[in-house]
Amino acid sequence: MANQQLNSGNPRVDIEYRRRKNAEEMKYQLVSFALMIFLTLIAFAAVYIKGFTSWFTVPFIILLAVVQVIFQLYYFMHMSHKGHEAPSLFLYSGVLVGAITILAFSTIIWW
Amino acid sequence: MSTYAQKKGFGATLWDFLTTVDHKKIAILYLIAGGFFFLVGGLEAIFIRIQLAVPNNDFVSAGLFNEIITMHGTTMIFLAAMPLVFAFMNAVMPLQIGARDVAFPFVNALGFWLFFFGGIFLNLSWFLGGAPDAGWTSYASLALHSKGHGVDFYILGLQISGIGTLIGGINFLVTIINMRAPGMTYMRMPLFTWTTFVTSALILFAFPPLTVGLVLMMFDRLFGANFFDVTLGGNTVIWEHLFWIFGHPEVYILILPAFGIFSEIFPIFSRKRLFGYSSMVFATVLIGFLGFMVWAHHMFTTGLGPVANAIFAVATMAIGVPTGIKIFNWLLTMWGGSVKFTTPMHWAMAFIPSFLAGGVTGVMLASAAADYQYHDTYFVVAHFHYVIVGGVVFAVFAGTHLYWPKMFGTMLNETLGKITFWLFFIGFHLTFFIQHFLGLWGMPRRVFTYLPGQGFDSANMVSSIGAAFMGLGVIVMLYNIIVTSVKNVKVGNDPWGDGRTLEWAIPSPPPFYNFKQLPLVRGLDAYWLEKMDGKKGMTPAEPLGDIHMPNSSFLPFMMALGLFIAAFGAMYHVNDKAWALPVMIIGLLVTFGSMFLRSVKDDHGFHIHKEDLMDDDDKGVKA
Amino acid sequence: MHADEKFTYETWPAAPEKSTLESKNKFLGFWFFLGGETVLFASLFATYLALKDKVPSSSHPLAKDLFELPLTFVATMLLLTSSLTSVYAMYHMKNFAFKKMMVWLGLTALLGAGFLGLEVYEFTHYVHEGHTFTSSAFGSAFYTLVGFHGGHVAFGLLWCLTLMFRNSKRGLDLYNAPKFYVFSLYWHFIDVVWVFIFTVVYLMGMVG
Repeated sequence: MANQQLNSGNPRVDIEYRRRKNAEEMKYQLVSFALMIFLTLIAFAAVYIKGFTSWFTVPFIILLAVVQVIFQLYYFMHMSHKGHEAPSLFLYSGVLVGAITILAFSTIIWW
Repeated sequence: MSTYAQKKGFGATLWDFLTTVDHKKIAILYLIAGGFFFLVGGLEAIFIRIQLAVPNNDFVSAGLFNEIITMHGTTMIFLAAMPLVFAFMNAVMPLQIGARDVAFPFVNALGFWLFFFGGIFLNLSWFLGGAPDAGWTSYASLALHSKGHGVDFYILGLQISGIGTLIGGINFLVTIINMRAPGMTYMRMPLFTWTTFVTSALILFAFPPLTVGLVLMMFDRLFGANFFDVTLGGNTVIWEHLFWIFGHPEVYILILPAFGIFSEIFPIFSRKRLFGYSSMVFATVLIGFLGFMVWAHHMFTTGLGPVANAIFAVATMAIGVPTGIKIFNWLLTMWGGSVKFTTPMHWAMAFIPSFLAGGVTGVMLASAAADYQYHDTYFVVAHFHYVIVGGVVFAVFAGTHLYWPKMFGTMLNETLGKITFWLFFIGFHLTFFIQHFLGLWGMPRRVFTYLPGQGFDSANMVSSIGAAFMGLGVIVMLYNIIVTSVKNVKVGNDPWGDGRTLEWAIPSPPPFYNFKQLPLVRGLDAYWLEKMDGKKGMTPAEPLGDIHMPNSSFLPFMMALGLFIAAFGAMYHVNDKAWALPVMIIGLLVTFGSMFLRSVKDDHGFHIHKEDLMDDDDKGVKA
Repeated sequence: MHADEKFTYETWPAAPEKSTLESKNKFLGFWFFLGGETVLFASLFATYLALKDKVPSSSHPLAKDLFELPLTFVATMLLLTSSLTSVYAMYHMKNFAFKKMMVWLGLTALLGAGFLGLEVYEFTHYVHEGHTFTSSAFGSAFYTLVGFHGGHVAFGLLWCLTLMFRNSKRGLDLYNAPKFYVFSLYWHFIDVVWVFIFTVVYLMGMVG
């Protein structure tokens, strides 16, 4: 959902277009929200239901968390819009450094 | 030069500097404060060398020696090298990209005052019961058992300074991305701007782990937590990881701006463009990226195991490659050029073999198996002094000479500069070259004395003599600064005559708004291009118009002061002092109150009107 | 564009949070700050993962003994919904609907306060069970990670209320629009951190 240039020449048309675009985007946000709730419910269910081993549940819920965060970033925080190249680059760089740190702490601290 | 600033008395000038948000004045503040702490750290170094000059010496006690080495390292890295590097980044980068200031001038000032108060807090430890004594790396097992408040001064002082650095990094990043002059694409930015950019990204990602580590240590020491206490389930190596995940990028934060300064010096004084610009940019980014993958090479002997050691060893060796690319590019810049042996060029040419020597011992240390022998010996001390002094300190001397006219409008004396160079250069090699051998012969580091007859005696004496040479060199530099300031001979835009980048196109020092009209950049080495076309200055990219400038403010000083006060309260509450908690609360109130004031009070800056800019070009403006 | 220019629905720009140089800088600066915060929280998570369930003796409760699904679920719903309400607030801001924006910001603050209240209740409960900041390495790591997040929520709450009160009388302009936007970015980010907290601390803790 990029912020497009509005230049139909007629300001009333431009505003109507923007208004519609905003409303459409708001619908997408609601859908994202519903999906996030759904993902949360699945994650809780995976832990609540006794049938699974932790070898399955743990990677599964982490995956669900990652997907949910992608929804937050790209929809709620508009990272899918134009003008977010630098924010994306720096956020992912932070994620990379963070992931290396977490990997190190989960392995070479206690072994 | 602005007439507007001329008639100020001492009080007015002091207030000006206390409230300034101008990147050029903030740069001067960083230069003075960093310079001051460099002298403090240098004095600590002299004391170390006096103690170690002869065996069984008792110039200082063992405990005091531990405090001195800790403070020497901490002061030099955090309070001298970093601020001096920040001084140049602040002074030069906005000018190089054709901007009128940084993105967040208020935050820029805040960054300085946070660093300043953190540094003062740390050094007050000398007068308040003892300095920290667990090494500049403050490993938890030692630090947690350090008696007195020394380590607390370290934790709180660095925490305060660290926040300042972090916000400074964000500031530079946004400035470079958003505020370049028209026509200045990324690949037309001068190398010093590129190194500022990558350095700032490193700061953004490296300082949070340090912040977390310091918080955990603070919680353990002052608030009863158990992160590093083995008996309650903790693990002391967590500190080491967090410290070095910060600490390794930190040394690249120090060296990249130094590389940037040399990348400006070689082209100017070879009268030839930088060789291999694109590969220099690429190498800078690669060094920054790889810098985050190598931290455990400081921990080879902690028992991480052969697999981890091997991974980090290989990654460490890989970093030598982009660095090597840079060295070749600098040499090839000089090759075929018309070299002028000015003082900055002396430092630059000395940097190449000195830094290189430090780099190759780095590759030796990178071999994990070999490191089991080198670790904690003087070999390591020799290595890092070669890269830090041979790299960063040489760059600071070089940059001081190169940019002095741009910052102060006068030129440092060349003869005195060369005397400083030779004294310091000879002293540096005398002190540190022999330390490689001391390490290989078995002398451990961080020892307050050694027994005679082990073959260490003459080497230590030589090493200490070198320190005296370096001290003399610094004194000559100080004399140079004083004489230059007293004589006050003003220079023009481009005093070196061969400036290639935008900062040399404007007066020395620039008017407070930097550029009357933002310049149009037509290519790399933008000013050089205009010069080659026979023009006297830059073509403007915009018509003359009102210039919007930020307001000064006392709030940054207050915010930092509040944290300084709160730190005392936090530290002494473990002694159950009745005043400690109230003091901490008052300090935090000052800080958060100032932040609140800043948020609610509108600040739109002010405008310099077009008519005022049209007055006499060189006389400056009425604000 | 001047920061205190007066606007109408028709003249309000499409992206009010990025229409001046100052606001473009704030936008970028804040995203970079979030990049740094990512590394900060990652370090705290890493420390927590290393010290999870590290207690000095078997009399100390472990993760699986302490955490409960229903409470965590309610807290998550509160915070997630508050993220949505802040999206609504920004939607209204883009449409120059000042009063509606304020309503949704108020809802955001309310939900955030609810989350904090629940967390305070939860912590007091754990303290009764013998799981405190000073009782073990696990305790120190738990309260530091979850507490820092809670601290961020509390700071955000104060930030939201300050913005609302400060601007209640003056409507929307290009000076305060970026401020609201930056706040909403911050608020989403603390929800992002919470997603990982409930997954890594609570859910993984209960799986064992």
